[in-house]
Parts: sequence; structure tokens; C-alpha cells
Amino acid sequence: MINLEISKGHREIRDGLMQVSEHMIRPLSRKYDRQEHAYPKEMEEVAKLLKGARSARDKKGGEKPPAEGVVNAGNLGAVTSLEALCWGDVGLFLGMPGSGLGNAAINAVGTPEQVEKYGKSYAAMCITEPGTGSDSANISTTAVADGNEWVINGEKIYVTDGERSDTLVVWATLDKSLGKAAIKSFIVEKGTPGCEVTRLEHKMGIRASDTAAISFNDCRIPRENVLGSAEVATDAEGRKKAFGGVMQTFDNTRPPVAAMAIGVARAALDLAQELLQREGVELQYTRKPGNSSALEAELYRMEADWHAARLLVQKAAWMADNRQPNSMEASMCKAKAGRMGNYVTLRCVELCQGLGYSEEFLLEKFARDSKILDIFEGTQQIQQLIVARRVLGKSSSELK
Amino acid sequence: MNAPADNALFDLTLTDDQRMNRETVQRFAQADIRPHAMVADVDRTTPTGFYDKTLELGLTLMPIPEALGGAGIDRSPVSNVLNIEDLAHGDLSLALGAISPLAFVNTLIDQGTDAQKEKYLPSFCGESFHAATTALLEPRATFDHHDLHCVAATVDNGYEISGVKTLVPLGLSAELMLVIAQMDDGTPGAFIIEGSPDGLSRTPETHMGLASLEVARLEFDKVQVEADARLGDSAFNFERFIDLSNLGICALAVGTCQAVLDYVKEYCNERVAFGEPITNRQSVAFMIADIAIELEAMRLMTWRAAARAEAGQPFHQEAYLAKTFCAEQAMKIGTDGVQLLGGHGFCREHPVEMWYRNLRAIAILDGVASV
Repeated sequence: MINLEISKGHREIRDGLMQVSEHMIRPLSRKYDRQEHAYPKEMEEVAKLLKGARSARDKKGGEKPPAEGVVNAGNLGAVTSLEALCWGDVGLFLGMPGSGLGNAAINAVGTPEQVEKYGKSYAAMCITEPGTGSDSANISTTAVADGNEWVINGEKIYVTDGERSDTLVVWATLDKSLGKAAIKSFIVEKGTPGCEVTRLEHKMGIRASDTAAISFNDCRIPRENVLGSAEVATDAEGRKKAFGGVMQTFDNTRPPVAAMAIGVARAALDLAQELLQREGVELQYTRKPGNSSALEAELYRMEADWHAARLLVQKAAWMADNRQPNSMEASMCKAKAGRMGNYVTLRCVELCQGLGYSEEFLLEKFARDSKILDIFEGTQQIQQLIVARRVLGKSSSELK
Repeated sequence: MNAPADNALFDLTLTDDQRMNRETVQRFAQADIRPHAMVADVDRTTPTGFYDKTLELGLTLMPIPEALGGAGIDRSPVSNVLNIEDLAHGDLSLALGAISPLAFVNTLIDQGTDAQKEKYLPSFCGESFHAATTALLEPRATFDHHDLHCVAATVDNGYEISGVKTLVPLGLSAELMLVIAQMDDGTPGAFIIEGSPDGLSRTPETHMGLASLEVARLEFDKVQVEADARLGDSAFNFERFIDLSNLGICALAVGTCQAVLDYVKEYCNERVAFGEPITNRQSVAFMIADIAIELEAMRLMTWRAAARAEAGQPFHQEAYLAKTFCAEQAMKIGTDGVQLLGGHGFCREHPVEMWYRNLRAIAILDGVASV
């Protein structure tokens, strides 16, 4: 039965996290925005609190999924939680000690042994290279088998949590001439000789999150540290499938990143409306936007856009929870939320004018933070490409 | 109404009944609406026998209590929204005409007195189409439903209605009309008008779109109605009426925009320029991707508000924002639909220019599609 309200269980989780955001995260926002590479020590407390709440839920058995019928599980829970935490601060959330994007990959495709050994470590994801952004099939980092080990060579950039993490999941090719199919991911423990953090980026936003460049020079790791099969498919179909599997990770990570944009945009809308209320601007939801002031009409428009993006995110997550293929919907929600988040946060700065632009308030920070959400985990244009291919039934060689 | 329990889950699954009903309505839209839409638009007439044919869908029959001759299935905003979306996939004008009596019935069931229901509902359970409509819009720039110039003055034994209404669907043939007018105390009231009382004149209107919908201007010159013509026996819940209607209008937008998407997809995939299908180019393909994205969001906004309405939860803000979003995106999709076909889209050989003209109405329509 159609019902597009989040469940009571998820509402409770969200309400709790909103409290954490308001009282424990937001007060740190400006401090760690200014002290760019400082380690947000206070966030350890938040991480511990969240972990405690999670395990208490697990112990209680959580919401038991029924034997049949619809479920609201981890994916909807994740987007709901992320929205609340990123309402607090998206940079601090990304820099929160304990878990990174690499954990998602390990938990999704790791063997039981790998999950046991690394699933709970702080794992970052190394994909992008200096010469390779969105074209992730074109990476040059190599992994060569040598006895009981893999030897990794190459340079990775834009590694979120790259410095603070304990474990890295590294994309590397076994043989670049074999194309996508030869790309595998490898688990590298930080501190392994040959693996070195060479630089931390200075960024416009999410400055509380460390973004590292990491080089691998004859970095040797055990043979069992490959994620998934080490075989390179020999036929075209197999090759396509192999890389498709790697890319599928994104189906699970795009809605969460979209949810981050939902959280930041909500933060901006809430603060902007608070500042505008002082000047007597308040939404009544009565007259049509066209008969309202330009300022009110724009706020209505942004509220509508925010709800639109949020529902697309929830739909994509709901499909994942209910084991429906959601590749297109994941990209749809990322495209919509990414551009909405960017638009809304920038407009809120503009509407609040001097106060919006000033560091006295956080609107200007939200506007800087939001930009990355329309870039990482697939840019706006990559999402449009994926959606377009699906809608039009085109292959990647037809619609490039 | 089906109120979900407090522990209801987020769910996008249609019920079996909704799924089956959708198939029926979609088949009807494809076989009995779409093929006539462009001809009807050019001729500015409704296809002969069209509205009688819609009776087979049982739209108005469904929510009317069995005791009054109906099917006695609880009025469902969600099912209504689905029906309207699917009808509009065939054609917006004909869909709006087909559901005008349903909108009247829905408002009557929602806010009418038992006596009013008993008096009027049975006439919608017969063998022929019973034209009924709602008159809210008034012909002036900056019109807002919060600022009505049409008035219902209290007189001995009833009310006296004066004013002008525009864009009234089925406005020439409607035998029953719900007219919204401001009362002496400044609040809006809804009045049931039967037939053509003295002082009411109806004139056909022509607009840039909605050409096959019989749209009329109604002028009320001191039209007398009895006291019991006022809908309900307590204050008219105007906000609820507007909100429920906005959901129907959103559904009209969703269905029409789905038609645009389906059409441009096929056309642009076949259209060859510079040696390959134009959809091999990102500038074209991304435009279509964006139509698909915004359309899905329009649908979810509409469904969410309808589900809240059905569950008896507050849904005013959701309905307001759904209308705001659908009004804006529908026109964007309408104009992109023409753009994607280029000069061909501008000519009447393709339906996209008709959809463009019809979709311009979404932001303007108000009060006519209560679910």
C-alpha cells in the first residue's frame, strides 16, 4: 500500500540523530572548518555514541523483517540517518572516525574471512588517480602477482579519510590492456611498506574531512587480500559482468551521498528561514507562489525541490531494501539531490544577503560544503549519462 | 478510508486492486482516448459518445454508497490519483472532462450533508454520463482562490449569487455545478447549482489549450438558491477542498508528462542527424534523462500527499508543494518535449505542441479535480 512516510523505527533513529547533530556536531562546525586538517577529536565521542545505539538496536533484534512482504531495512535506515547527521555537518560526518567508504565495499563483496578481519576497521576507498576522474575504468595503478603476494604500484588521489583510516581498499588493474575486466580491488593495511600518504588536499568545503593523496611504490600485500575473484574474464560478456560488479557498489553508495545533500540543503533552508523570519518573512502555504513575493515564491520552490529530491532518495533506498534493481533510481536521486543541494544552499546565501555570505552564520559554509556532493560518487553529468542510457536503452558505446 | 497503523512502512507497492484497475484504465486511455486526442483538439469538440464510454470505468460509481446505487468502495485519493494519471496519459483535456463529475462527487461525499448526498449521488449511478463540474476560477490577472469576487449574499430563504467564473470544465452541459463564492462573513462557501436557473448565463470559452474540453464562462447575475444549496451544514473546509483538487491536477500533469517522455524517447531514438540517432548526443539524451528524473519526483510528491490524505494525516503542505513542483516541472517538460522534436514539434503532425499548450494549464487550474 502506498505510504511515503518513513517508518516509526526510522523516525525515532532520525530524531535521536538530529539531537546529536544539533548539540554535538553543529557546535564544532566552524572550528573544524577553520582548522582544516585538525583531527576532530570530539567526534570520537559521537562515533562511540552512534556505535552504542547501533549495537543496542541489533541486540534488541531491530525491526524484524517479515518472512514476506515489504521491508524498511538498512538502506532506508542509512539515508534517513545520513540526512540527519549531515544536517549537523557533512564534513564532520565524513571525517567521523571509525568507518569510511571502504567499509561498504568490504562488507558488500568481501569473503567471510575478509569481513571478519577488516569489516570493522576504518577503511577508506582509493579509486581516483591524477589522470582519471569520472572515467574510473581507465585507472593505471597496477597489481602484479608475485609468489604469495600482490605488488601494488601507482598514485591515488581524493581519498576521503585517507590519512585517518587504518585500511585502504585500492582499485588497481591486473593488466591495463585487458580493460575494465582486469580492474580489481585490494585491501591494503596502512603502514604496509611502500604505501605512503603524500599530501592532504586544501579544499573549498568539507574541510573537516581529510582528503589524501596516497602513493604505492612496490607495496606488497598478501594474495588473499584481493576483493572478489582475481580471475580476468576471457570473453566479452564475462568482462562486462566483472566490471559491472565493481560498479554496482555505487548503486549502494549513491543514495547515501544523495542523502547527504538532502541533509545540507535542509540545514540551509532551516537557517535561512530562521533569519528571514526575523524580517517578517514567513511561509503561509496559502497563496499561490505566483501571487506571493518573489522571496516567498523562491522559498516555496526550494521547499518543493527539497521534498522532490528526498523522495527520489527514499525510493532508491527502498528498492535496495526490497532487492529491486535500482541502478537507474540510484543515479536519478544522486543527480536530483546533488543539483538541488547546490542550488538551495547557494540561493539561501543570496536570500540572506550579508548574513548569508558572512562567516557569522553557517549558510556560506553549507554552500561550500554542498558543491562536492554534486561531484563525488559520480558527478551530475555521470548520473545523467547513466539515467539517459537506461531510459533510452543505449549502450555506453552508443551514448558516450 | 484505510488508515495505516502508526508502524506503517515506507512502501511503493500498489495493492492488487490498484494494479488491476490501472491496467483497465491504461487500456482505456490507449484505445479510447489517445487515438482521438489530436483530432478532438483540432476540432475543438469532444469525440461523439466519449463520456458515455467512460462510464465503463465506473469512476463515479465506485465511491458512492451502495444504498444510493453505487459500488460502495470507500473514496480513495490514492486510487483517484492513479486513475487520473492514467487517463491523462491518453489526453489531458478529455481526462479532465471525464473526471469532472468524479471531482463533484468526491467533494459532495467529503463535505456534503446526508440529505445532499441522497439527493444528488444517485444521479451518478445511471446508464448515461451525468455532467457535473466545479466553478472556482475567476477571470482576472493575479486571481487567487483566497480572494474571491464572486459573492453569495444571504437573502430570505437562501443565497443570491453574483459574479463570473472562468475555465469551467463541461461548463456548457453540466447539470450540476459546485460554485465557490464568498459569503457575507467573508468566508468562502460552496453552492450546488442545478440546471440553468434565472440569472445564470453560460458562454463557451476558447483557450490556448484544453480545446477538446468543453470550457465555459459562467456569469451569475443575482442567481437565487435555497439555503440547503450550500454544501455541508458547517463551515466549508476550503483548504481541504483546494488541496484534494490540487492532487488531481498534479495527477493530470504526471500522466501528460509521462506521455511526453514516452513520445520523445521513441522519436529521438529514431531521429537521425549527422549520421546517427540524436539520442547518441548528450545534449539531447541529458534533456530526456532530466525529464525522467523530474517526472518521477512529480509522481512521488503527488502520491505522498494523496497517501497522507487517504490515511487521514495532515497533507496541506504536501499538497501545496506537490502542486508548486508539478506546475513548474510540467511546463518545463512540456516545452522540452517540443524542443526535442525541433520544427516537427512545433507543427501539429505530432502531439507535443498540444501537450505544451495543455500543460500550461496545470499552474492555472484550481479546484476542478478533487480526489
